Amino acid sequence: MIPGTFEYHSPSSVAEATALLARLGDDAKVLSGGQSLIPLMKLRLAAPKHLVDINGLPGLAYVREDDGTLRIGGLTREVDLEESEIVRSRYPLLFDTCKVIADPIVRNLATVGGNLAHGDPANDHPATMLALGAEVVATGTRGERTIPIGSFFTGPFSTALKPDEIVVEIRVPAPRPRSGGAYVKLERKVGDFATAAVAVQITLDAGGACEQVGIGLTNVGSVPIKAAKAEAALKGKRPDDATIKQVAQLAAEAAQPSEDLRGSVEYKKDLVRVLTGRALRRAIERAQKGG
Amino acid sequence: MLVKVTINGEKHEADVEPRLLLVHLIRETLRLTGTHIGCDTSHCGACTVLLDGRPVKSCTMFAVQAHGRDIMTVEGLEQDGKLHPLQEGFMAEHGLQCGYCTPGMLMTGVSFLKKNPKPSEDDIRRAISGNLCRCTGYVNIVKAIQHAAAAIQGGA
Repeated sequence: MIPGTFEYHSPSSVAEATALLARLGDDAKVLSGGQSLIPLMKLRLAAPKHLVDINGLPGLAYVREDDGTLRIGGLTREVDLEESEIVRSRYPLLFDTCKVIADPIVRNLATVGGNLAHGDPANDHPATMLALGAEVVATGTRGERTIPIGSFFTGPFSTALKPDEIVVEIRVPAPRPRSGGAYVKLERKVGDFATAAVAVQITLDAGGACEQVGIGLTNVGSVPIKAAKAEAALKGKRPDDATIKQVAQLAAEAAQPSEDLRGSVEYKKDLVRVLTGRALRRAIERAQKGG
Repeated sequence: MLVKVTINGEKHEADVEPRLLLVHLIRETLRLTGTHIGCDTSHCGACTVLLDGRPVKSCTMFAVQAHGRDIMTVEGLEQDGKLHPLQEGFMAEHGLQCGYCTPGMLMTGVSFLKKNPKPSEDDIRRAISGNLCRCTGYVNIVKAIQHAAAAIQGGA
């Protein structure tokens, strides 16, 4: 399959990239890892007249923690997140997530910024970033701004990014003591999108009750879903069996899946219930061990 | 656009359309047909090549993106008439039947064994999970990679 024709641009600075994007407007798409965009172009579901390749922009691939924040450069490859010692040791939810995105070869090119900016509710990072309460830092011709993840996804394949903006950084609050997280995904095969997946991040207080709760759902709606009622039902409570059962039920009710090859609406909602229970138990266990 | 790439240590130049996929540059422009095209949708891994040492699916990258980069294809494995230990492993353990997935499996395997010279079976299965094989059921591919790991450890 051959994509349609386009003009290729490879800017060497963020300023040059955003100026190009501002000039080209809706005719342009940003090429990051390309692992979603190029297949779409080959299937002719996307036919941008211009591609602005940001892979040559310096200084946008890093994973580091400072001032109580994990900073992930927008061009960081999934494999580098997966192999980051800080992610492996301190961010179990992120670590779980990046291990199950697409397949290991795709992860060598796919970027964290691209995974979010693509706005696909079937992608894995959105639910995880919702559970973590992340922020997306975007740079455009008018400068830099920070977008809370809760207002980042505006519709199917749509985000709050303006046409001239690129994702330069993702910020995740560093875990407080007694925090833990987990991402549990059911996929038909490696490389397929999730039938459903659930991201959970929690912080326990000294008495063992849930002080902070984040729950995100993958591929069960037209946008990534933050299960707010389920989060509220857990907050301030000790995570006993009855509570976990109730929270899992509320997460299932927050899901708005559609029927497809991967299953019926009823099946997917029930799957969210089961996966939420599993993710909660794993997150709690990790939090009790100190994260 | 002019693309300059190094493939298996040899410098190449080609004037290409931006939409030309890397796999087509490799196979059609440069006639290195060891790299295969399978699903064409980034699932099967038959087109896997090493880009600066990392395996990537060359059907899901434009040739222009490879400008100035170092590529290794399956043709680069054999050195001075001697097969790579992984190629020997695939022969010894019958790691292929039709052979279609083999170039991709080999490139993934070469990079994987550099990163993880003493892998468990589970490590191997995860590493090749982006490369599909419809013949072997993977059993002999896993054995082939184990064979190569042992050979490399033994200083072969």
